[in-house]
Parts: sequence; C-alpha cells; structure tokens
Amino acid sequence: MGKRVLLIEDEPNIIEAIRFILSRDGWTVETHADGATAVEAVGRKRPDVVILDVMLPNKSGFDILRDLRADADHAARPILMLTARGQKKDRDMAEAAGVSYFMTKPFSNSEMLETVRRLAGTSDEASGEGHG
Amino acid sequence: MPRTALTGTRIRERRTLEGLKQADLARTVGISPAYLNLIEHNRRRIGGKLLVDLARALGVEPSVLTEGADLPLMEGLQDAASNAVLRARPDISRARRAAAEPEAERAEEFAGRFPGWAELVVAQRDRITALERRIEALNDRLAHDPFLSDSLHEVLSTVTAIRSTAGILNGMGEIDPDWQARFHRNLYEDSQRLAQGSQALVSYLDSVGQSEDTLSSPLEEVEAWLAARDFALPELERGMMPELTGEGGLRSAPARQLARKWVLRARAEAEKMPLSMVEALISEHGPDPAALAQLAGVDLAAAMRRLASLPAFENRVPTGLAICDGSGALTYRKPLDGFAPPRFGAACPLWPLYQALLRPMVPIRRVVEQQGQPARRFLAYAIAQPQRAESFEAPEVVEATMLFIPLDRLDVTPREAEVLGVGTSCRVCARMNCPARREPSMVLEEPEEGL
Repeated sequence: MGKRVLLIEDEPNIIEAIRFILSRDGWTVETHADGATAVEAVGRKRPDVVILDVMLPNKSGFDILRDLRADADHAARPILMLTARGQKKDRDMAEAAGVSYFMTKPFSNSEMLETVRRLAGTSDEASGEGHG
Repeated sequence: MPRTALTGTRIRERRTLEGLKQADLARTVGISPAYLNLIEHNRRRIGGKLLVDLARALGVEPSVLTEGADLPLMEGLQDAASNAVLRARPDISRARRAAAEPEAERAEEFAGRFPGWAELVVAQRDRITALERRIEALNDRLAHDPFLSDSLHEVLSTVTAIRSTAGILNGMGEIDPDWQARFHRNLYEDSQRLAQGSQALVSYLDSVGQSEDTLSSPLEEVEAWLAARDFALPELERGMMPELTGEGGLRSAPARQLARKWVLRARAEAEKMPLSMVEALISEHGPDPAALAQLAGVDLAAAMRRLASLPAFENRVPTGLAICDGSGALTYRKPLDGFAPPRFGAACPLWPLYQALLRPMVPIRRVVEQQGQPARRFLAYAIAQPQRAESFEAPEVVEATMLFIPLDRLDVTPREAEVLGVGTSCRVCARMNCPARREPSMVLEEPEEGL
C-alpha cells in the first residue's frame, strides 16, 4: 500500500485537482472538509502527510495545527499548510504553531507534488523544511 | 506673541505695520509721544475715546486692538504649530528642522499681518488631519473588512483551482476522457465564479473610491449639511421632511443614514414641542430646557436638542449643542462664537457634558467661562441618559447632551466662585495648573510642572 495523504480542504475543485495529481503519483488521498472534526480525522486516519487549508468552516487551520502539535501522536507528523494569506505575519504564525511547510495559493502542481514527496521522505532531493 | 498679548503691544505692532512713526500717531490722536510710548509698552491702560481714536488712525476696529485675532483662527494656528510637518521628517537634517520650527509665540502677529495666509494654514491643517483620518479609516478597512477579505479569498481560491486544473489538462500527459470532461466542467464553473467574484470586488472597491471624494467622515458631512441650514430644519415645523439628497444634500450613503436618524428624532421632538409652544415659553421663561421639558412632557435632552434646532424667530437666543456617546466621543457639534467644540481629538474634560457622563440622569447646570480676550461666559445645561433599550439583553448605551447659551443673553448673574473655567481642548488651552490637563499646552509660554 502506497503512502497516504489527508487533504483537509473545503473547495471541491481544489480537492479534485490535488487528488488527481497525487493519485497519479501513487498516493492514497483521503479528504476532510470540516474544521471542527479535522483533528479527530487526522487521529483516525494517521496519514503520512497532512495538507491543511487555513480557511475552513468551523475552525481555522491555525487552530487545528496547534491542536495537532499539542498531541504527542502528531508532534512530528508532516503538515503542509495551504493558504491564500501569504504575508509574513501569517508565515510567522504558522511557524510558531509548528508547520512543516507553508505554501501560498495559487500553487503549481509540480510544487505541490514535490513538497508532499519531500515531506514524506520519498523525494530524491534532500529533505528539510522549506517555506513555499 | 502669546495669546495674552496686551492692547499696547497690538497698537505698536499695528503702527509698525502701517509704517507710522510713534510721534506722528501720537500727534494724530492728540497725545504726547511719551504717553503713546507708555501705552505701547502696556504701562498705561487705555479705553474709551482714546482707544477709538487710535483704532481709527490705524484703520482697524477697536476690538482688533483689545481682543486680537479671531480665537478659532488662533487655536487653529497653535494646533498647526504643534503638528509641524518637518518635525516628523527624518530626511531633513536636525539643524534645518530646528530652524524651520514654527514661531508659535508669534502666531497672533502672523494672523494680524497675514490673515489670508493664516486662514490658509488653518484650512490646510484641517485638510491634512481629515486626510490622515481618511487614510487610517481605509487602512483599517483593508485590514479588517470582512467583505474584502472574503472576496479576495474567494478569488484566490478560484484562481488556485483554475491554475491547478489547467496545469493537469495541459501538462500531465494522457488523461482518461471522463476525468478530462470533469476537469473541463470544473474549469468552466471556476471561470464563472472568478468572473462573479471579480465583478463584486470591483463594485466594492468602486464604492470605496466614491466615498473617498467626500474626504471627511459621515458625521462631518452631516454637520456641514446642518451648519449650512443654521442647524435648523424649518421643514419639520410644517410637518414636512427635509430633502437629504439632491443639490446641497448629503453625498455619501452613511451620512444620509446618520442624518435620517437625526431628522426623525428631530421631527418627533418638533411634534411634541411645536414652535408656537417654544416661542411662548422663551418669551416667558427664556430658553430654559427644564421648563420646556416640563411643559411638553419630554426628557431634558430632548428639550435641549429642540432649543438648539429652532428656526430663526424674533426672540431666538443663540444656542450651542454638544452630544457625546459613552466613550466621550463627540457625535454632534453645534458651535457658538467663543465656544467651539474641537473638530478633531478630544474636548475639554471639564465640560459639564463629561461631568454629566459621570452621573447619569443627574441634570447639571453650570456657568462656564471660556478663556479669550475677553473671556466669554456661557450657561451650560447637561445630562447623560441611557438610550432606549431594544431588548433586555441589549448593552446599556448612554448619551450625554450639553446645551450652552451665552450668559450675556440671559438674566443670570452667577457668583464668581460658581463659574467654572473650561477650555476647548488641552493643546490650545492656556489655563494654568488645570487639574484635568492631559497634555501640555502649546499656548502657555512656560511648561507647567509635572507635565
């Protein structure tokens, strides 16, 4: 069984595009659209990589990230944060909350694919934190 | 020259400006040059015929020599001096900044010699302050406006979906026909969303641009509209509503909204206190809000507002009105000569208006004295009342109202100990050792201890 990604996003057409890109690369992509139950979904599915949107219904991506990092089970889980807000203060907030990678919308498909691979340790390139 | 400049100094200044020799002026008014010299150095008090003769010889009204320049203009100049533009510019050398520091102590001399330039400085100060406030409001709006934030987020999300989908169709090789059809449909849907989102954003930004041309807050727009009507709405006396739009009307929608609220309240008050009733009451009791409130069965604040919004009639006494909310922010300003609520920033905390806020529902009646030459006294009535609650859960909202009337138009003789000295705002107030001072004065020559 290939590696698994949990995509926490509420825009159907973005979900469809990311699912297609990653599935073609051999990933199993599961999705979740509600912020309020996102932490629980990560605990249940235990994905290799989480892609987390910031603007979600009922709970912000920043709050979800903080809750995940507060749990020892998810303290080291790779989390890629997606946001339309790319200002320094947003990056700083994400870093302070423990994000693995911060990517601004709109992103390129190759950038998304490479980042997910790198975060899961399946990339040819050296792994490490970056700031998209 | 400080605001406390004396008559003699003004005579000397005026004479110098006219290019007259002391001896020539003395001869014209029939006194010796030595005596004129004593007057000019404020060692002899003058008045009566000699003052009138000197004023005539110098081509000015006697009041120009005794009272100096117009008080609001002086306050405006002092305020402009305290906000000197060069002081805030790091690109200008310290030496040049120091050399360019305005000579605040010579403001009255400047206003006297160059009244047009002085008016221009004050008008530009007002405009700069209004523009700064506008920029602050727009910054705030860009940072916190939920509609703008949501709209931009919607546009970026849609662009993200389009970019990603287009990238799949264009650069990921052979795609299953079903997926291809699905992505084409998604692209079409997203392009529709993007078009709608962009149009909404453009309409919104256009509306921001339109409101910019007023360059003032809705409150200032309403005040200017009321001021142009002498703060009276004669249509209400005939049971009609004033026209808020059209020529001479209010340009921005928020200002019209504010004005409508004010007019509706004024209409209800005009119905309860018809002009004939108010005229009769003023003839008998003078402009007494307590007597009017009792006669009409209304609250004191309503009676004050009514007395301050009467159309012109024979016995009408000049009235000023200031209203503030629970935070102390002025929400209505009807100025009087010698008592002008500040256009920007906070007012004098000693005003009975603010004392009333401390004691809601307790009516306050106080003679206040505004500094100036001469000092002017006013009878001020104030009360703070809770606004009508919409529900039991609604927060308590308080409004304080102050009516002020020139004392010389009333039959009131206060004891000196009862007169409360007040100002306009700390920065342009010369009252020494004021317990309520919150910032140093620009018009005091020596800084006060402890500030």
